[in-house]
Amino acid sequence: MSDVVLRVEDLHKRYGREEVLRGVSFTVRRGEVKVILGPSGTGKSTLLRCITRLTEPDRGRVWLEDVEVTGRGVDLNRVRASIGFVFQDFNLFTHLTALDNVRIGLLKVKKLPKDRATRIAMEQLERVGLAHKAAAYPAELSGGQQQRVAIARALAMQPKLMLFDEPTSALDPELTGEVLDVMTQLARDGMTMVVVSHEVGFARAAADELIFMEGGRIVEQGPPEALFTRPQHPRTAQFLKKITALYEGGGALKDER
Amino acid sequence: MIPWEELEPLRLGSLKFDPAWLPQLGRGLLTTLEITALCIALGAVLGLTLAVLRVYGRGPLYWLSSLYVQFFRGTPLLVQLFMVYYGLPSWGIVLSPFASSVLALGLNTAAYQAEYFRGAIQAIPQGQMLAARALGMSRWLAVRSIILPQALRLVIPPWSNELILMLKYSSIVYFVTLMDLMGTAKRIAASNFRNVEVFLLVALIYLGLVVAISALLRRLERRVRVPGLGGGAEAEAHH
Ligand SMILES: Nc1ncnc2c1ncn2[C@@H]1O[C@H](COP(=O)(O)OP(=O)(O)OP(=O)(O)O)[C@@H](O)[C@H]1O
Ligand SMILES: [Mg+2]
Repeated sequence: MSDVVLRVEDLHKRYGREEVLRGVSFTVRRGEVKVILGPSGTGKSTLLRCITRLTEPDRGRVWLEDVEVTGRGVDLNRVRASIGFVFQDFNLFTHLTALDNVRIGLLKVKKLPKDRATRIAMEQLERVGLAHKAAAYPAELSGGQQQRVAIARALAMQPKLMLFDEPTSALDPELTGEVLDVMTQLARDGMTMVVVSHEVGFARAAADELIFMEGGRIVEQGPPEALFTRPQHPRTAQFLKKITALYEGGGALKDER
Repeated sequence: MIPWEELEPLRLGSLKFDPAWLPQLGRGLLTTLEITALCIALGAVLGLTLAVLRVYGRGPLYWLSSLYVQFFRGTPLLVQLFMVYYGLPSWGIVLSPFASSVLALGLNTAAYQAEYFRGAIQAIPQGQMLAARALGMSRWLAVRSIILPQALRLVIPPWSNELILMLKYSSIVYFVTLMDLMGTAKRIAASNFRNVEVFLLVALIYLGLVVAISALLRRLERRVRVPGLGGGAEAEAHH
């Protein structure tokens, strides 16, 4: 049990009359990579946000290692500082250079001295291949570069867990590769990751387990090859067939809608 | 020291400008600048606070700040000035004309500045706050280190307008006997009946100030500009 990094138990969330999450449970062990996929509007983003309580779940519990994130009196800022969150649209801080984006959490949240923060930030920029862009502002970077800086910003905090919410779906197809390469390398380095993504190639190469969600529930989960070759549920089969066709056809999934 | 009193008057057609006015107008100008600077500073501090409360505050903090803005934008500036200068003494608060002017103008501009600050804060995409919170920043830390640095850059152009407006509106302080640029001009004109010359000169001084302040603030705006943040920077964003 000690190597469980994340445990999600029976999460529920509704917006008005719409039930977006209807009892989602799963666990992630240290070094595991779980890829969540499912149709649009299924609650994948909501699930990730509920894990760090950026969105407040209505019911259910979340543990990060032995801290109950949903517990009373938990230091949420501290929990969030130890969970990396990568957004679909990057959300780099517009007024800060790449270096300052990566450094600001170390300076303001972790309160590290400036020289140490700078060293760590430069290491992380190096890791995503963007040390030479340290002085660039987000608007001066391509989408792929912005997303790599956003990953470096999350990594700099030395997170126990990384959450990715469709990190490549806002990117032009020719820019997704550089981001997926960084993520694949991260997975190889043993990072614990939960990734919402429809990138079939990444899922096959890096995921230990796929989680197929629909209608606010987990429909099916299992190792990627098992799910791709013999899905148990007809909806899973249908969905995976569709995204695989798109993937092999070279089309970006965002064209699906 | 320049012997202003001994200089020859400047004649332009039928107009006659007396250099002896200048030292007096200079003192009035100083008062105008002091009042403008102080009320703008008071208004900036209070206005920023009100804006943050209106955007992030809840309950009484939210509606008290909204009420404040509504009141000071919905009543004439001169009425506000008279309330401070003539009204407060009946509660035992007696302020000098200078202090009354700074207070009334400052409270008034705070309401307008609050609206500009609020607009700028709300123009910052939601994702910025979300990313800041995801990093482990408290709401207040995120406002200070992520939202406001961006909002303050966006607010410079409308804020410049407000500064210029206050410089001009400050001329109403002569109603409470303060000898600012306008009050001084009125006194000089009353003593020599050279209304046209005196007020023309004063108008030119105001105009010069406005031009200078605008240029200064445009420079500030350029200095703090960041690609991708307001001010025609969108065009730079994609290259
Ligand atoms: N803040 C909100 N207020 C109201 N409804 C919301 C809110 N956020 C999400 N929803 C609704 O909840 C549902 C699930 O949204 P969510 O973004 O979690 O889906 P998703 O699986 O991430 O979809 P996508 O693949 O399009 O990103 C959607 O129907 C959405 O309209
Ligand atoms: Mg989503």
